Amino acid sequence: MEKFEILRTSAVPLPIENIDTDQIIPARFLKATSREGFGENLFRDWRYNGDGTPKADFELNNPRYQGQVLVAGKNFGCGSSREHAAWALSDAGFRTVISSYFADIFRGNALNNGLLPVQVSDEVLERLLVQIEQDPETELIVDLPAQQLHVPVWEKSIPFEIDPYKKECLLNGYDDIDFLVSQKEAIETYETKRVWVY
Amino acid sequence: MGKTLFDKIWDAHVVRTIAGGQDVFYIDKHLIHEVTSPQAFEELEKRNLPLFRKEQIVATADHNVPTKNQHLPIEEPLSRSQVDKLTENCAKYGVELYGLGHPYQGIVHVIGPELGITQPGMTIVCGDSHTSTHGAFGTIAFGIGTSQVAQVMASQCLLLSRPKRMRITVEGDLKPGVTAKDLILYVIAALGTGGATGYFVEYAGSAIRSLSMEGRMTVCNMSIEMGARGGMIAPDETTFAYLKGRPFAPQGERWEEAIAYWQTLYSDEDATFEMEYTFNAASITPMITYGTNPGMGIALNANVPSQVKASEQVSFEKSLQYMGFQAGESLLGKQVDYVFIGSCTNSRIEDIRMVANYVQGKKKASHVEAIIVPGSKQVEQQAIAEGLDKILAEAGFELREPGCSACLAMNEDKIPAGAYCVSTSNRNFEGRQGPGSRTLLASPLVAAASAVEGKIVDVTEYL
Ligand code: SF4
Repeated sequence: MEKFEILRTSAVPLPIENIDTDQIIPARFLKATSREGFGENLFRDWRYNGDGTPKADFELNNPRYQGQVLVAGKNFGCGSSREHAAWALSDAGFRTVISSYFADIFRGNALNNGLLPVQVSDEVLERLLVQIEQDPETELIVDLPAQQLHVPVWEKSIPFEIDPYKKECLLNGYDDIDFLVSQKEAIETYETKRVWVY
Repeated sequence: MGKTLFDKIWDAHVVRTIAGGQDVFYIDKHLIHEVTSPQAFEELEKRNLPLFRKEQIVATADHNVPTKNQHLPIEEPLSRSQVDKLTENCAKYGVELYGLGHPYQGIVHVIGPELGITQPGMTIVCGDSHTSTHGAFGTIAFGIGTSQVAQVMASQCLLLSRPKRMRITVEGDLKPGVTAKDLILYVIAALGTGGATGYFVEYAGSAIRSLSMEGRMTVCNMSIEMGARGGMIAPDETTFAYLKGRPFAPQGERWEEAIAYWQTLYSDEDATFEMEYTFNAASITPMITYGTNPGMGIALNANVPSQVKASEQVSFEKSLQYMGFQAGESLLGKQVDYVFIGSCTNSRIEDIRMVANYVQGKKKASHVEAIIVPGSKQVEQQAIAEGLDKILAEAGFELREPGCSACLAMNEDKIPAGAYCVSTSNRNFEGRQGPGSRTLLASPLVAAASAVEGKIVDVTEYL
């Protein structure tokens, strides 16, 4: 997993609530057996017309908006457990998603793939979206060690929460699998005393 | 202080708690399918890790499979390669696979329970959000991402923080024509799609108790649609009767031991929940969704809201535009083009019986295409054994072979752009049933009535 420390970048706004994983990556693109290449079909049906031409009014097609942060409406990533949604966002170059609420499974999937979900209040989200629309070059600094989102033009820092273990993982580029495998002995001991052996 | 059902099972599965409070959490059963497992097997390979407990994994092919001519090779090359990959991985790692052609094949959340693999007190995961279905048996069951699929393969464990607990109590009797599907659509409409984010839900109350196992599965299935990690119902006589004699259920003396343990699985009277909601079953009427998330549900005979909260205005307008509906209007009388009866929400034998019973002696409207996709080979066989296939065929409904089908349209069962589909599945997201498709979620009964009348009708007037 790629390490995450401090990210300085402009952002892409997507002011829609309840963006579900079927929009992030429609099911018909889940047929690959590897993790690569999903970025191409990120937000496929919002980004392209049926004939494959880009939809001019969709934010991700607007050359004004660039950057590695996606700022999206409340309850981002609801719906399916498909990790392909996190892979598609990463593959398309995003390293952080800012929203005022994340669906549980998406949050976990993002963290397992070096994509940092930053949850802010509804007010901050609203202000950020307006700010970016007015000035697409607005710089954001996502500072994971300090757990702060700095918005230099506002001269303001907004703290965000992250599970301490997950933070360590992101900072170091580790993931759970290494840790869990290291617990083998404890797991085997547990197995010998399971309450009801199925 | 008493414990909730959830905590009793959770506590029994904690291997150890690490600094920072997360638990190394043991998983009893791991279900896998072709879409979310290949990258996990790849991860094991890349790290040169063995599969830790292969006998605790069961695999099936469901998401991508065609629902016609399953005895022939899959035509679509990408779907075929995914299913082949699963077969190859299962053979290589020694995982039990109920693939195409196997008498146990079917949608992963339908076969677990019907084979008796799903049992009270267990922890069950699958790389699929509707794993919450299994909670109907009093299990902690939830969907996981592919990285976690790999973790369970490598260690039979996950690293998790305990979610908060919510109880949803539904008291009273459901009115005629009101099904488990209506009950859960009603609850989701009340709580909203994010209403239970961060919680694990226990459903309780007399209305829940009186549901069959099939109905309970429908309710737990859709827990995820309000953001919950999962849903569960304490096991009782209905649960035990359903499980008895199933292929993987305990037998003989083991059965008695199992029952004795399962009877301890309930929330103690003095247990507390971080959040509680209570609903009255008698207020629930047949439901339908008008928008593009499962929280946008209304009573069939009610109107689309004319106003929503300011923060929801943009999504509301966007969804109405997508659906081609107006704020404040009634959906009754709207033309229906497709009817899909299937998915892990409503594809069990009881659902098919409900439809057959309604359409017996009737005919679907000529402009409607109506397909019924059973949840499993066993459901299909049972339907045929009961002669339901003939009743359905006479009414113009096509009974297909099992799979996820038009629930997510990964195979060729797609709803064309702009067409309206009354669907018994669980998600009405934009394009879920095919690019541009317009989905209206409803019960099998409402779906059957829509097919026969060719438009949306108040089913209670036809009973
Ligand atoms: S039927 Fe639909 S919701 Fe259920 S597992 Fe298949 S795709 Fe997922």
